[in-house]
This record gives sequence, C-alpha cells and structure tokens, in this order.
Amino acid sequence: MEKEQLGQVLSELFPSLEINTSQDPVRVKADTGSIHSLAMTLRDDSRFQFDYLFNMYGIDREDRFTLVYYLESTIFRHIVAIETDLADHDNPVVESISDLWKTAEFQEREIYDLMGVSFTNHPDPRRLFLEDGWAFPLRKDYKDDINFIER
Amino acid sequence: MQEVELQDILTAREDGDYIINIGPQHPSTHGVLRFVVSLKGEMLEYVIPHCGYIHRGIEKMCERLTYPQIIHLTDRMDYLSAHMNNEAVSLLVEKATGVEVPERVKYIRTILSELQRIQSHQLWWAAFGMDMGGLTCFFYGLRDREKILDIFEESFGSRLLHSYICPGGVMNDIHPNFQKRTKEFIKYFRKKLPEYDELLTGNIIFEMRTKGMGVLSKGEAISYGLTGPPGRASNFACDIRKLYPYSAYDKVEFKEILYTEGDTWARYKVRMAEMWESMKIIEQLIDNIPEGDFTIKMKPVIRLPEGEYSQRVETARGELGVYVVSKGEKTPYRMHFRTPNFSNLFVMNRLAAGNKIADLIAISGSLDLVIPDIDR
Repeated sequence: MEKEQLGQVLSELFPSLEINTSQDPVRVKADTGSIHSLAMTLRDDSRFQFDYLFNMYGIDREDRFTLVYYLESTIFRHIVAIETDLADHDNPVVESISDLWKTAEFQEREIYDLMGVSFTNHPDPRRLFLEDGWAFPLRKDYKDDINFIER
Repeated sequence: MQEVELQDILTAREDGDYIINIGPQHPSTHGVLRFVVSLKGEMLEYVIPHCGYIHRGIEKMCERLTYPQIIHLTDRMDYLSAHMNNEAVSLLVEKATGVEVPERVKYIRTILSELQRIQSHQLWWAAFGMDMGGLTCFFYGLRDREKILDIFEESFGSRLLHSYICPGGVMNDIHPNFQKRTKEFIKYFRKKLPEYDELLTGNIIFEMRTKGMGVLSKGEAISYGLTGPPGRASNFACDIRKLYPYSAYDKVEFKEILYTEGDTWARYKVRMAEMWESMKIIEQLIDNIPEGDFTIKMKPVIRLPEGEYSQRVETARGELGVYVVSKGEKTPYRMHFRTPNFSNLFVMNRLAAGNKIADLIAISGSLDLVIPDIDR
C-alpha cells in the first residue's frame, strides 16, 4: 500500500491513533497499553501483513521514555513506525511483543539492559550485555564515574 | 524449543545431562563469545549465547561525538564491513542535510562496498573451512584476501579500519593505480574462485556435515529477523541493495541469490554465489567511474535538523540500520544501530538444538558472526 492509503486504512481501523503520513516511513503514535493488540492486528490483518520487525529502540527524553518499533511487510513492502510514550520515567513498563516476533525477545532484552525499560510477559527478562546491578547507561542521567565516555 | 532460565544452569541436572561452556576464547566463536550448551550424550539440548565481553557502549559514545567523528567508531562494529558501516552513517547525514553527492562518489562507494563484501566472504570461507577441519582452505582464502587488502592499503593507507567514506564524499581521491589493480584482481579471482569449489564444495564429508543441518523455514527467518546470506538461504528476499537501492546500485545489474533449503549448505552456497555477483557489479562500474570531485564541501560543523532519521544498507552479513534522533545539535541526541549479527546470533538455539555438538561449530560458522557487531 502507498503511504496515504496505509494511513487511511489505519485511521479507519483505529480512530484514536495519531497518524503522520508526511514522513517516511508512516509514523503512528499509540498508547502504551494498546501496543500488543495493535502489533498483533498489524501482523495478522490480511491488508497489512507486517511480518518483519526489523528494528526497535528506546529514547530517553528525560521526562519520559519513547519506544519505536519499525515494521515491514515482506509481501507488500510497506513500512510503519510505531511510537509509544512511557510516561512514568521512574518505572517504565510496557507489554512484551516477543510472542509475536522472535527477534523482539532479544531486542527487548537489549533495551532493558541499556535503557532500563521493563517488559511484562517476557520469557527471559535478564540483562544481555552488562552485569546485574549496573546502572542503565543509555539513560541521560547515567553517572559516568570512571570517565568511560567523557574525557 | 525449550525456554531456558538461568536457574537451569545453576541447578544440578538429571542424570546424563552435561552443561558445558564453549568460549569466550574458543577458536570457533571467532571472537569473544560464550555459549553455554546442555548435552545429552552427543546431542545438543539447548544453546545459550552469552555476549557483552566486548561491549564498548558505542551508542552512548556517539551521543558525545560529532558526525564525522562517529564514522571512526562504526569501523569498529563489523570490522569486516568497515566501508558499508561508514557508508550507512554518511548516507544518513547526507539525507538529513539534503546534500547530493557527485556521481563519482557513488561509483567509488559501490565498488568499495563490493570489494569489501568479497574480502569478507573470502575470510568467512577460509575460517569456515578451517572450522570443519580443512586447514588448506585457510591458506587459500587468506592468499586471495591479501590482494584486496593490498589495494585498500595503497589507496587509503589502512587494511582493516578505513574510515574512508565520510559525509559528503570520500576522504581523498582514489589512488591512480586503483582501477588497474582492481581489474587485475577480478581477472585473477575469476580463475581462483573455482578452486574454492574444487577444494571444499564437492567434498563428500563436507556435504554430509552441512546438508540438512540447522534448517530454518522462511517464516521463522523473518520472525527472527535473520538477514543477509543466512536469511536469503531461507528464501527470505531481504537484500537492501535490491529493495531500496542506494549509491550506484540502481545502475548495475545483479541477481539476488535465493535458496529455499535454509540449511548450512544453502548458507554456504549463497555466499559463494554472492562473490560472483560482487565481481559482476565491480566489472560494470570500474571502467565507468565519472570524472569529477571526490567530495563536496560540507559545513565545518555538521548539524542535523531536528527530527528522526533512518538509513538501511546491506553489509556483508545483512541489514545494517542506523537510527538518529537529532535535536539540531552537532551531536546526535540518540543514535541506534540495528546490526545484522545481533539478530543472526540469537537464532543459534533454534538451529543447533537437536543436532550433534560437532554441528554447532558448522552452524555458527555458517552464520558468519562478527562479535564486536553484536556487543557494540
């Protein structure tokens, strides 16, 4: 589907979504609570068939966290970026989508390890790179005691 | 597939189960990677990869560096695809600042990426053969790879970490010998590549150890985000050069190699065929490099306008994505790399479980992992 058509079908199906088709790819802003059901619809609906989660990452915006999911359909070759804001900066929690895409399990573990965002219903919620007890380095308030980054 | 908890490793296993540790300094892991495997006799029950031994926090470091400085860090992720990594960041900066690079630059970048892909696949073939017990492969592969590294050394003064492609073009013009030596190499390697097949491809022991091992279906490959040669061996058309052409890839003709078997053998065959395709691409471009500038003048301080940007390129191992959140500063607010090896590593448990432990080495060799790209 073309960008405008994709935006139109999405807004008919989910009237509450904020959809921006002027950017490339189409950006969708969703509630944190509805991420899992939205992702499942996008994957399973025959008009979308977003079967390939090619990237996800988190952003620390100091007052809140933002998670971005990039989905592509390998059949129709359209792309959508889903954004969600986690308002609670002290204790960010979102539902895991690792049951929908296998790759999400490890991307989520990386986000938890480096950003400190917790995922509920995750099958293996351990840290990936760093030791237990290490602070979350990609947060903006990370204290760099031994001058790793800044010299 | 069995879900694995850390507790499983720590508690005693029932009779007949061994928990053994491979790595972090094991020759077959090609870097500092550790596998914890559970064995029942000779059969693998599960494989847990443990990474992070060379985690350097590149994404965090990028938040303190300017865009031309970041180029030098990207070399150190997938050091066998250094040109492609440089190119990804350069293309992103050019797209965000609205700069169009000269045709000459596009041709040079494409030729370099393909040369890099050939030398990466040569090293993979050399190491893969050695992992499977054929030491001769290592000498054959490195003998031919030296020729490409010599071309790189003459042109850019470095063999591995080039930092040659930069925002706006390339660091300096190509060496006067570059075209001549590249053509000589292609002529030489067209004769030598059939030797690789004679040595390894037809070997009956090699075939028995690879055919039907570690099979992955197309649906699973997509679900795991497997890209590059492993993805294409499972019939997943994921070649960014074909889907979203960048640089001069829209001007050349080449085939996207797809296999349907999805086993170790198919992953081997995809890379062997890709070397032929890369040579075809270089031959189409090497005589037609347009005259012109090798770079355009960028502003002394590059600032990306506020917004979010992304760029995807095809490295020797799969899809590399660069994602930048900018607030209009000279440094990115947040930089994220979607690296191909990260996704390719975690399919290990799915591929190896149920096979013999000796096949673990063949399967991890066929994924062609570069560990610094996983840890970043």
